[in-house]
Amino acid sequence: MITTSTGSPALRTSDTLAADTDAVDAALAASGDAHAFERLYRRHVNRIHTLVRRMLGEEVEDVTQDVVIRAWQKLGTFRGESAFGTWLHRLAVNVILNHRAARGRWRKRFLEEPEAGLEVAGRSASPAGRLDFEAALERLPDGARQIFVLHDVEGYRHEEIAGMLGINPGTSKSQLHYARMALRRHLG
Amino acid sequence: MTHPSSSQLSDYLDGELSEEGRLTLEAHLTRCAECGEVLGELRRVLARAQALEDRPPHEDLWPGVAAAIGAAPGRRWRVSIPVPVLLAASVALMLFSGGAVALALKLTHEPRLAAAGPVASAATGATPVAVIPDDARGYDGAIRALQAEVDAGGGRLDSVTVRIVNEKLAMIDRAIADAERALAADPANSYLHGHLTQTRLRKLDLLRRAAALTRSVS
Repeated sequence: MITTSTGSPALRTSDTLAADTDAVDAALAASGDAHAFERLYRRHVNRIHTLVRRMLGEEVEDVTQDVVIRAWQKLGTFRGESAFGTWLHRLAVNVILNHRAARGRWRKRFLEEPEAGLEVAGRSASPAGRLDFEAALERLPDGARQIFVLHDVEGYRHEEIAGMLGINPGTSKSQLHYARMALRRHLG
Repeated sequence: MTHPSSSQLSDYLDGELSEEGRLTLEAHLTRCAECGEVLGELRRVLARAQALEDRPPHEDLWPGVAAAIGAAPGRRWRVSIPVPVLLAASVALMLFSGGAVALALKLTHEPRLAAAGPVASAATGATPVAVIPDDARGYDGAIRALQAEVDAGGGRLDSVTVRIVNEKLAMIDRAIADAERALAADPANSYLHGHLTQTRLRKLDLLRRAAALTRSVS
């Protein structure tokens, strides 16, 4: 029975349809249809842009654009084994991490991280006022922020994160812990 | 009293403690409000993280992307569907055919829809790729009949329901148009055939539900 609630069978149709629409547009785009690719871009750019902003915090527009261009170039490798959005998200993470590695700051930031993470928490308690949660997240040191985003926001497991970042799972856990402890001061 | 470390609380939140560690920590939490408060804060951090919303770019990045990929209107399509996708599509088509049979059996209970010949013909398996051919007059007739019934009975439904149904129909129609356009360029693409079939069946199903709804409030 069709109702006005979001849980109705009629509305669930749209979720599946969105995934199918992505699959068709991905097939069209892989065959060179730029209009289909633009539709994919419009549907996914906000998520990718937000991921880049949270992970990098700088050069966000350039890296987002780079992700989209790489996606166009690699469409032929999209096998349809997962949702297009999932495939694009993983591609974006790889581009972001390559970007970070290319800048040669990744491991250096990791070494600085534990103390820096707690400093962020301390700053927020200053009379200058509390940061909102998203702003506090942006102020975390790179390593803790990226692991927090990958684990708590995007849902990756420590083992996956460790594989992507070339660290061990224990490091991923400890960085996540520092990020959480810093951010709990910004819940207000 | 020895308190667990905050990292143990974090691991507990993620379900990463051993069974023994979990039981010990839970026993501690029953008598330590301080640790309970820290755990509560960590839970709230996780909840906030999962509730964060995406934001759009400050400016439209598409023009730059289009320039980089050499996007130009009227570019010819070069279809190269990966083999795994085609294999997946063939499996999906088998399922679609089964669904079409079930749908056809249901339709026989409704006189006006019983004439949905192309849908019923899927039961023969004669056209495994295009279960509903493009020129399926029976399908189109069933759609028209259901649409007319929904249009006639729409006045009995509340405006929100009507709007939702219309939005979903418009979305499905766009998907059908996209698939038909893609098939025009690549008629042999079985993946697109399967998608078109599935989408048309969705439209039929949605209209059937809407029609049933109008009858239920008459």
